[in-house]
Amino acid sequence: MTTQSPEKFDFGKVDKIMEECGADKSHLIAILQNVQKEFTYLPIDVMTYIGTKIEGLSPATVYGVATFYAQFSLEPKGKYQIKCCDGTACHVRGSMPVMNAIKAKLKFAEGKMRTEDGMFSLETVSCLGACGLAPVMVINEKVYPQMTSDAVKIVLDEIIAQEGGK
Amino acid sequence: MSEDKKTLFIDGVEVEFTDEPNILEVIRKAGLNVPTFCYRPDLTQFGACRMCVVEVEYPNGRVMVNSSCTMPPEAGINVKINSKRVRKIRKTVLELLLANHDKECTTCDKSGACELQKYAEEYGIKDIRFPSKEKEEYLPIDNSNPSIVRDPNKCILCGACVRACSEFQGHSVLGFANRGSATVVQPMAGKSLSDVDCVFCGQCQAVCPTGALTVKNNVDQVWDEINNPDKKVVVQMAPSVRVGLGEAFGIEVGSNVIGKLNAALRKIGFDFVFDTNFSADLTIMEEATEFLDRLNNKKTLPLFTSCCPAWIRYMETQHPDMLGHLSSCKSPQGMLSAVLKELVPEKFEGVTKDNLVVVSIMPCTAKKYEANRSQLTKDGKAETDYVLTTKEIAQMIKSAGIDFASLKEEQNDSPFGKYTGAATIFGASGGVAEAAVRTAYEVVTGEKLNDVDFKVLRGVDKNSRTKDAEVDIKGTKVRVRVVSTLKEAEKSIQEIKAGKADFHILEVMACPGGCINGAGQPASCNNSKIKEVRAEGLYKEDRELDLRKSHENPDVKKLYDEYLEKPNSHKAHELLHTVYADMFANGYKDLK
Repeated sequence: MTTQSPEKFDFGKVDKIMEECGADKSHLIAILQNVQKEFTYLPIDVMTYIGTKIEGLSPATVYGVATFYAQFSLEPKGKYQIKCCDGTACHVRGSMPVMNAIKAKLKFAEGKMRTEDGMFSLETVSCLGACGLAPVMVINEKVYPQMTSDAVKIVLDEIIAQEGGK
Repeated sequence: MSEDKKTLFIDGVEVEFTDEPNILEVIRKAGLNVPTFCYRPDLTQFGACRMCVVEVEYPNGRVMVNSSCTMPPEAGINVKINSKRVRKIRKTVLELLLANHDKECTTCDKSGACELQKYAEEYGIKDIRFPSKEKEEYLPIDNSNPSIVRDPNKCILCGACVRACSEFQGHSVLGFANRGSATVVQPMAGKSLSDVDCVFCGQCQAVCPTGALTVKNNVDQVWDEINNPDKKVVVQMAPSVRVGLGEAFGIEVGSNVIGKLNAALRKIGFDFVFDTNFSADLTIMEEATEFLDRLNNKKTLPLFTSCCPAWIRYMETQHPDMLGHLSSCKSPQGMLSAVLKELVPEKFEGVTKDNLVVVSIMPCTAKKYEANRSQLTKDGKAETDYVLTTKEIAQMIKSAGIDFASLKEEQNDSPFGKYTGAATIFGASGGVAEAAVRTAYEVVTGEKLNDVDFKVLRGVDKNSRTKDAEVDIKGTKVRVRVVSTLKEAEKSIQEIKAGKADFHILEVMACPGGCINGAGQPASCNNSKIKEVRAEGLYKEDRELDLRKSHENPDVKKLYDEYLEKPNSHKAHELLHTVYADMFANGYKDLK
């Protein structure tokens, strides 16, 4: 009697992922990683689906794994996923002002790390392995080295202009 | 393995051990105790709470502190269970747990039976050095279902409920979520228990050491009905209650207290005291007839028993395609309530359909859910008005100021009180099947069954969760499968789906060992022997009764003669049978 939310997901895609990874409980993390790649996050209904389908798992167990690891997101991500490094090197070279500049520019709602139009989402990561370029920001795989708060505005303005937006 | 005896020392005293799985069991066998929260003998060892830590001195002089529940015993070691070091650790654990705990003990349903409260008292925790959780940080209480209340603010994360759900029911409705200090135990995504596939068996609650999981309490409503002069309140009690209730009053485990219970219920103010055992006999009449009809007319087999509401809900939510296997018989509670609502106003003066209130006392939390089923209502009113657990009736008796142990035994009221031995063994896993076989044999063969004890169907311990038996009924070999726990039931279902099942009857009880170990009974999670003693209590009553076959029950015969005509008649179907709903349709039908 597990209740379902009104939002509909393409469970065919989930089936394909489970088939590729092997529908076994020992492959759960790989399955979740691929689901996150597909949907940008882990929707509750998709986790319930996986937990119901795979023998030996339950929705509650899948949810437990998903909430244990920081790599999994239960919130949808933006079209542009910003990763701001706050590893030791980036931190001492001023990653906090960069982060604050991003937050100020994108005006996230209270407690949210995604803009309301779904364009941008922000997450903090600990070390991207590019300490020589500190502080580092990555937007959808593209690396922006030696960021400053002014540089953030230029980069984001460029993207917003590309998207023809505000 | 058990013959080679080895010894270790507990605080310098030599103690023998054989095949105990861990030091903790050796300590307890020696009549001593160390506190535990997460350790439950019927569940896997978890080592989460660290309360059972002991100091172990090895013969080579090495000393280490470890949890005794996860350490296998070794010959020659000295286990210090009360050293300064381990007592300090236990006190710190208690302080840390209490700092995070909603400490409103007096208004907590577990008060008096709470292990955290007990050990905090024993260890004299008066001052908690750590800041307590603020009320603003409290998580919401889940009060959404008729059976179980979940209060996450009293959870100590011992994981016993998570293991019970997964290891007994194979279901894992409850799971850990988040990490570190944010960790909680909850159903999927923090939903309420009624929004997930919980079957309300309550075993999570039975193993919970604190008030995080409790039975929904209906005592106040029942008192209100009793104290309402316009109402006539009748009561029935399940077989297992009579061998579980005594424990709440310090009476020896497994003692049959039905006579005292009848007396106590009258003292409390119930107008008529009947017995669910009567309708257990009725269930056998209906179910055995239904089975023989299915067998002779090649209808859907195997037949699944339908006494256990958790099992019914499991079928409805997990295997709605197989609902045809379930017997259409109501559970004994459902049958008796229907009969009482129909016939008590006819038989007793002053009772009308409107002023009659039916209360049932069950060892079970899922029965509360069952009473709320829309299929078990008549004219918009539930046939069973209130369900109390064994623990709740104990609370009522105590608050009524009754000295239970010294009560004089009394008989119950006629004509819905008489029962046979076949009914009383319903409470133990295998009992329903045994009772059905006793009646089916005599009905089919017309011969007297002399040896009524089907010992292969008995046993409630960990290794008897699946039992198979074959009975020769005049050349027809009837194969009976008895399972307890839904995890075992699922295996049988998969056998049926794979076409490998060769049994005709499947008896399922969701609680390990059957109703005697139901979640509404007084706590028994620290001693796996208790359920065996309770089951023996029922088999003893069975042996001592003159009538041991359901079809010999004179009151049942009279009911058929006067009202129901014969088993599975039209009238019997109206009153004693029910239908099931595909609950999958509300949720993830497209998912499977």
